Amino acid sequence: MSIDKALDRKDSGSRYYAVYGVLIILTIATVGLSFCDLHAWHTIVGLAIATGKGALVALFFMHRLHSARITWLALFAGLFWLAILLGLTLTDYLTRAWLIY
Amino acid sequence: MTNKTASPWWHHFDSLEHQQETTTFGMWVFLATEVLIFGAIFTGYTVYRSTYTPSFEAASDRLNLLIGAVNTVVLLTSSLTMALAVHAAKLGQTRKVFFRLVLTAVLGLVFLGLKALEYYGDYRDELVPGLAFDPAQWTAPKVHAGQVQLFLVFYYCLTGLHAVHLTIGIIIVAILAWMTRRAAFNSRYYAPVEIWGLYWHFVDLIWIFLLPLLYLIGTRDRWL
Amino acid sequence: MTTLTAPYRPQTSQEPALASSSEVNYLNASYGVKSWLLTTDHKRIALLYLMSVSLMFIIGGLAATLIRLNLLTPSGSLVTADTYNKLFSAHGIIMVFFFLVPVVPSVLGNFCLPLMIGARDLAFPRLNLASWYLYMTGAGLILWVIFSGGVDTGWTFYTPFSSKASHTDVVPALIAIVIAGFSSIFTGLNFIVSVHRLRAPGMTWFRLPLFIWSLYATSIIMLLATPVLAAVLILVGVERIWGIGIFDPALGGDPVLFQHLFWFYSHPAVYIMILPGMGIISEVITCFSRKNIFGYKFVAFASICIAVVGFLVWAHHMFVAGQSAYSALIFSLLSYLVAVPSAIKVFNWTATLYKGSVTFHTPMLFALGFIGLFTIGGLTGLMLAALGLNVHVHDTYFVIAHFHFIMVGGMVMAYMAGLHYWWPKITGRMYPEMWGRVAALIIFVGFILTFIPQFVLGYQGMVRRSHIYDPQFQVLNVLSTAGASILAVGYALPLTYLIWSLWRGSKAEPNPWSATGLEWQTASPPPTHNFAVQPVVDCGPYEYSLQSAIATEDIDEQH
Repeated sequence: MSIDKALDRKDSGSRYYAVYGVLIILTIATVGLSFCDLHAWHTIVGLAIATGKGALVALFFMHRLHSARITWLALFAGLFWLAILLGLTLTDYLTRAWLIY
Repeated sequence: MTNKTASPWWHHFDSLEHQQETTTFGMWVFLATEVLIFGAIFTGYTVYRSTYTPSFEAASDRLNLLIGAVNTVVLLTSSLTMALAVHAAKLGQTRKVFFRLVLTAVLGLVFLGLKALEYYGDYRDELVPGLAFDPAQWTAPKVHAGQVQLFLVFYYCLTGLHAVHLTIGIIIVAILAWMTRRAAFNSRYYAPVEIWGLYWHFVDLIWIFLLPLLYLIGTRDRWL
Repeated sequence: MTTLTAPYRPQTSQEPALASSSEVNYLNASYGVKSWLLTTDHKRIALLYLMSVSLMFIIGGLAATLIRLNLLTPSGSLVTADTYNKLFSAHGIIMVFFFLVPVVPSVLGNFCLPLMIGARDLAFPRLNLASWYLYMTGAGLILWVIFSGGVDTGWTFYTPFSSKASHTDVVPALIAIVIAGFSSIFTGLNFIVSVHRLRAPGMTWFRLPLFIWSLYATSIIMLLATPVLAAVLILVGVERIWGIGIFDPALGGDPVLFQHLFWFYSHPAVYIMILPGMGIISEVITCFSRKNIFGYKFVAFASICIAVVGFLVWAHHMFVAGQSAYSALIFSLLSYLVAVPSAIKVFNWTATLYKGSVTFHTPMLFALGFIGLFTIGGLTGLMLAALGLNVHVHDTYFVIAHFHFIMVGGMVMAYMAGLHYWWPKITGRMYPEMWGRVAALIIFVGFILTFIPQFVLGYQGMVRRSHIYDPQFQVLNVLSTAGASILAVGYALPLTYLIWSLWRGSKAEPNPWSATGLEWQTASPPPTHNFAVQPVVDCGPYEYSLQSAIATEDIDEQH
């Protein structure tokens, strides 16, 4: 927020353009890779690239690097609870075939 | 946010900084709930995706990757303009803020327009369960028309919910642009631009994940 | 009202300018309908909630009355099967989504949270008002649905019945619940941000009253569970409107997936309902036994622990629904875990009572009732979490009795305790103490008589949601209905005398209970901006020992 206001005066925001460039390259990469035969790895690779892009957006566009520590709490709470939802639901679906009554 | 009282912040805050940090935190907390609203649908998607992989891959290949990819670029660009608008707001460059916000909203509209075009194409390709769907075209081994419909319903729910969020975002960004024009913000007070910037980036973030999950789950041999 | 000790206030370093001098308070600061409907004052919004939530409680209670009357005879002579389905659905939907979930956070939480942390308002006052309007929109829509024909899905909206088979207005009901859900999301957001950002100077995390800790824990659940409910209800709506859906077995979809997503909200929602109640009990028990809470940090962290672990147990509602046996195993185990923090709380309250100077005012009577009834509800919950036993009593009146012990015996008792405890602060008037005690006893007796027979009924095999039953169950059903009528009298009493006290009750002092919380340091009722002087906190929330020690010193000095 107001931490580096003095710096901001001289700051033309060029890092946003740089981040944008990387995001576009990653988009081209992820679309390009979908034409290669990765067998079962498409989703893994796609999600990995998406996570990278998401991290860039969060860290730079959303000022994760500079905002108050407390806001990390909200971010991690959201992701942690998503993990609970996904993980525990999958305990059902991934083990259903193990045991036929 | 300004109140009718003399101070430019609400009476229960100590200072303008206190208020701005609090509203930013509030938006982050809200975004955590948004993670879960998309996360719930995403969980359903994952369950079926892991069970009905061949049908999901086959259905995914039929989506219009060209529009999907172009839309990704459009949305990323809008995020850039939004970030630059917040940056300009911090420096109090009102004119720049205004133009960048307008540009952001316009890019959002472009996204929605392309999305509508894509939905229409899906309709013509008989990819809309319940409205126009041809079970006969899904004859490949291990591919079942019912499971394909499941994928498509998730596709419409996820992109539809995303579009609703984007529409709300466009309206708010337009209001912010209008407020900027009315000189509502300055280099000290720009919290609304900042927190709705966060929202806008979040909507972009959701799309970043939707692209591989919906369009890129199988090996592609064509764009459309 | 007996004065307990000399009014000493160890909480603030500077003597607060008590507004006993000023007659202007939040109730008479401005007049007119507009000043209420457009207010951003958390205290007025709390009163708006109080009125609307009470109305919903009465309507839900009427549905319950009809249900109990119908069950007087084995043949269900009062209503048809169809109407019965709509009645229990209306009862469930109204009581869960429009009474139990919002009641304590929105009424008592809204009123007390800023006062207790020493703030002038919640962080986002306009959002707070917006939550009330969302609540009213949802409530209005659901009442329209119920009175224009009703829904027959039960409050759980299980697919495929809700998505395919039901011929009632399911979609409007879903929309109403989603809207009300956003109301609770925004309330939770407001609470979390306020607790983080608006605490008074010196109000550290471990000086927060335990009611605030429990509201904070509740807000976590509201924020992170409610969106999942919204999403899954939207999916059901989509399936119902377009006829093509996600939970449709004909396509390969899985109705159990609906149950997973639904209970991901609806099980933690049980803790939305009970956690604030637990917070109230911590306030009341300490105040009326004149003691510091036993094990403050344990009680505080138990709230957070319940909020988190409460998310890990949802599939114990689905043991017989066809989920994997291994998954059921995990969820059964985790369900046992959640009993630990709840037990910590019960033991700590009991330990707080030990050697305390206990006085039996109305809030205390309700609180003691809570501890007993909640314990029974909690322990029968453990029985239900056991896989084998669950198969036997699944979907029987045993389950009904269990969760009513938690929801009514626990939460409504706690709400009553809190409402009486803070009534002087909210209205500036004392309620009639004698009537309060009578009401507490009647409610307790009526409750026991209503729901203990249901445990037996359920164990013997009477299934829930059926408008007829085997004649062998009639005696116990008649007992239960008799208890319900006593309970109805018990609830009618506070409704009557609390309204009466608004005009005829004696004027309340700023601190009628000689309690230590910050909310008691300002006038009753408080001024619009809560505190004339910003309070500064320099000790924990329940320093009753300090208070009485200094009171004793004063007496010594006088001698």
